[in-house]
Amino acid sequence: MFSSLKEKIGEVLLPGDEFVFESEDTIFLTDNVKPERPVCGPGLRQSGNRLVVSKSGVLRHKPPHTFWMDSQQWRYVPAKAETVIGIVTSKSGDIFKVDVGGSEQASLSYLAFEGATKRNRPNVQVGDLVFAQFTVANKDMEPELVCIDGSGRANGMGVFGGGGLLLKVSLGLVRRLLAPQSDIRSDLEQLFPCELVVGMNGRIWVRASTIQQTLIISNLLQSCDTLTAPQRREQFRKLQKGGL
Amino acid sequence: MIDGRDGDTSVMAGVYGPAEVKVSKEIYDRATLEVLLQPKVGPAGVREQSQEQCVRETCEAALLLSLHPRSSLTLILQVLHDDGSLLSCCLNAACMALMDAGLSMSCLFCGVTCAIGADGDIIADPTAAQEKESRALMTFAIDSTERRVMMSSTKGSFSVQELQECVAVSQKASEKVFQFYRDSVRRRYSKNL
Repeated sequence: MFSSLKEKIGEVLLPGDEFVFESEDTIFLTDNVKPERPVCGPGLRQSGNRLVVSKSGVLRHKPPHTFWMDSQQWRYVPAKAETVIGIVTSKSGDIFKVDVGGSEQASLSYLAFEGATKRNRPNVQVGDLVFAQFTVANKDMEPELVCIDGSGRANGMGVFGGGGLLLKVSLGLVRRLLAPQSDIRSDLEQLFPCELVVGMNGRIWVRASTIQQTLIISNLLQSCDTLTAPQRREQFRKLQKGGL
Repeated sequence: MIDGRDGDTSVMAGVYGPAEVKVSKEIYDRATLEVLLQPKVGPAGVREQSQEQCVRETCEAALLLSLHPRSSLTLILQVLHDDGSLLSCCLNAACMALMDAGLSMSCLFCGVTCAIGADGDIIADPTAAQEKESRALMTFAIDSTERRVMMSSTKGSFSVQELQECVAVSQKASEKVFQFYRDSVRRRYSKNL
């Protein structure tokens, strides 16, 4: 049914490219057939039976019906349930204002930490790094963050950050790092042990056992944006052989 | 940052956003687009302001501004070299910059300039020398989906027939520009495919 779309999977498309769906001509009364509707991810917009591309990028597909545009972008737009690295910019009354790299600062309540109560306030200062997830993130409202999951546990979220380096990379690179079978991550694992916090807003925090190793990893990650896979593997191999 | 080149005319475009906007400038249901055109020498004057308006109206028609209410989008165009067809070069640079920044657009657009010489012949993408000797100068912004005119800016005197011929010439020339956009984006993503 989506043959015209499926032909273009893996191809580069531009805003304005359109796909039209033909609906079935005959409806079988005996069959329990529901017309298949495509699920549009980021970069695709649907109106009636037309699908229009709104961002330039590569068309990706996940069976059965999910399509989206994989684009190279640097600017982050908050989305619900995404985990991001934020920088606390101010404390006012009961909430912290956190900079997540979007158009607005997000708010983080002091009660949204594990084990926090009105008497037991969390130890969060201005300038701290927090790893949190969005509970409210749409275009009309101020984004809201929490550092606990549904059951009240921290689950890796919260304040962090002594002794590491924070860098900004493209959103495509963080998605590639967080993918289940990530080439970049497996290459990094073979280099030397390090701690990585990856935020979906394009921010990565790195800490290795020495400052030199931290700097090497941060330079590698920033260059991964512009290298192809073979070039990247070449760089990693040179580093491993070069030794430190 | 995108470098737009039209013959020798060269414009660099940078897009910033969606970012915070001053309360006085915010619009409750869509983004506020600001275009700044910096000439090569001297401060921006009234001519640059009118060119900024042309670019801004074209961009607002192509962008999906309602996806970012109460945010600001800033487009800065720096003229590196002006040898004619400046406005269409700015439009091309603007479109590529917006597309590259990942802002949602309903269609792409391109700018084409036509000059009508003293003897009535139509020159597409004139140089500064050709512009000076022309009887009329027109710039059109053409959209990528239906090749219609989104914006027109004209100077000089011409007949309705000549206007229609220039529109046809521009629509034909826009094919090459859109093909260039497609090739550039393909090259950009070829590293990560």
